[in-house]
Amino acid sequence: MHYFLVILTSGLLAGIMYAMVAIGFVLIYKASGVFNFAQGSLVLFAALSFVTLTEHGLPFWAAFLVTSLMMVVAAVIIERLVLRPLVDRSPLTLFMATLGLSFVIEGLAQLLMGTDVHQLDLGIDDVPTNFLGLELSQFDLFASAVAIVLVAVLSLVFGRTRIGISLRGVADDTLAAQSIGIRLPTIWRVVWSVSGVVALVAGLLWGARQGVQFSLTMVVLKAMPVLIIGGFSSIPGAIVGGLLVGASESLADIYLGPLLAGGAVSNWFAYMLAVGFLLVRPSGLFGDRTIERV
Amino acid sequence: MSATTLTATERSPRMAIATLRSLVWLLGSIAVLSPVFADEYWLNSILIPTIAMGLAGIGLNLLMGYAGLVSLGSAAFMSIGAFATYNLLLRATWLPLPLTLIAAGTITGVVGVFFGLPSLRIKGFYLAASTLGAQFFFEWLFTSFRWFSNNSLTLTISAPRLELFGLDLRSAPGRYLLVVIVTAILWLLANNIVRSRIGRDWMAIRDMDKAAAVIGIPVAGRQLLAYGISSFYTGIAGALFAFAYLGTADAHSFDLDKSFEVLFIVLIGGSASLAGNFLGAAFIVLTPIVLTRVVEWFDLATVFDNGVLVNVERMLFGVIIIVLLIREPDGLASLVERIVARWRVWPLRA
Repeated sequence: MHYFLVILTSGLLAGIMYAMVAIGFVLIYKASGVFNFAQGSLVLFAALSFVTLTEHGLPFWAAFLVTSLMMVVAAVIIERLVLRPLVDRSPLTLFMATLGLSFVIEGLAQLLMGTDVHQLDLGIDDVPTNFLGLELSQFDLFASAVAIVLVAVLSLVFGRTRIGISLRGVADDTLAAQSIGIRLPTIWRVVWSVSGVVALVAGLLWGARQGVQFSLTMVVLKAMPVLIIGGFSSIPGAIVGGLLVGASESLADIYLGPLLAGGAVSNWFAYMLAVGFLLVRPSGLFGDRTIERV
Repeated sequence: MSATTLTATERSPRMAIATLRSLVWLLGSIAVLSPVFADEYWLNSILIPTIAMGLAGIGLNLLMGYAGLVSLGSAAFMSIGAFATYNLLLRATWLPLPLTLIAAGTITGVVGVFFGLPSLRIKGFYLAASTLGAQFFFEWLFTSFRWFSNNSLTLTISAPRLELFGLDLRSAPGRYLLVVIVTAILWLLANNIVRSRIGRDWMAIRDMDKAAAVIGIPVAGRQLLAYGISSFYTGIAGALFAFAYLGTADAHSFDLDKSFEVLFIVLIGGSASLAGNFLGAAFIVLTPIVLTRVVEWFDLATVFDNGVLVNVERMLFGVIIIVLLIREPDGLASLVERIVARWRVWPLRA
């Protein structure tokens, strides 16, 4: 039973990391109905830029600010060059466009900053210590705290500020929002910037754990089942979905893996779980009931 | 003046068909005869992969372009086809090659129908999750269970025999002819499927599923059929790609990047266009070769190493996808069509 709990917590902690990536998707999906496949490459781009800057001697906060600024600039460029010409096209077309975008960003990031694996040290111990009978590291607690703060800030910003309320207006009814004078391009730029910064935070946490390298983009593929389970349009859903995926994955690896000839069952388990969810609850746990059924 | 315009634009349909037919014959004879004048390098590195990937493109295009369903797992279905062919060649030695390919395609088709089952409940890019799951599942399956690769320690498969009616097909022209003939037959079949009741039903569902259901099209059945037929094509393409092009393959030859390649072939070539897939495939195959050649010609190897080239190639694909989606949503096929249409009435304006 204790072993089970240890596996469960480590899965839940991994799930928090998944959720951090998934939040970036949710923001963009809510504002523009785009499943942004490029979110993963944004995570890579942000983390690589940050590491490169700190390796050139910039202190943490300066590097964080400069990288955030870069993500804002990237958001403006993406809005102008990719989103605006594709306005009013089908979600599938936009999805393909972000797939193309992810290739551009990944290529650019590695072209400018190389393909080496960078070590990223945030100055927080990642050594498991005994915490309430469970193996937890300081880093795990830190990551969870960051996730909680991030969600709190995002829900404050999007619930209380003018720009956040406009964003929800756009998400509810784009035409109506435009007719009362909300500028769509501005909203998109803001949302892409915010999810760029979220990508930076996620990139730092993931990068500190497994090194800043190309495989960061693969983490993001896991965001897809997370979003399907949690619902595409809900930030709390992304958190719950992330926890569910993380926990079930690590449990499956331990308990299901040996039954199935061993090997990393976790590579595909989350997707099958998501498909199961799709069949039972197509809009996810917290999503709006808008998914079209055939 | 007006008379010239009339004769230029209004050709009789019979003439158009005749032109088309002669064009097909011309292309066909070029395709069959090319081993005579193309050297081994052209066959091995350009023609065989282009045609095999083009066939995979047809498979995905039937699903995406015609039936409006998504798949991010084409490479997984290619690997199923490859592994099924390998095991059939190995374990059912009495089966001739054409039947082996058909059987492997059918196995892939059945698996495809299974992974298409969620399409009964959901639509749009949510289906990507199911096919993405297939992508990772089969990579895991073929590396975890050694039975599929006949307990080979390296987990690789290579065709134990490649012969047709006693003819050995292992030479470059032999493999090329195998690929060309199989692809030609399947292309012709796809052309007919698309124009048949099934294809028209697919397009109706793609354009408006509710209306399609109202006029009595069995939406669920047709969608599953689309997954089945598409996977049949992709599976055979995978077998050809593995044994006629790679020679030796393993599960990682068919990773997510390969799936994206097939997706790009469809997007670049043009969705809902069969011939376009070969344009897209040629583009995907030729771009890296041309880039390497350019670097060689201008002696830039000191400036651009291999890693840089890979990244430039990646960016180039991305940019082309975005530009095509914005400027030419119907892909290279429609661009070529427009150019041909303009050229036929030149110097007049189409």
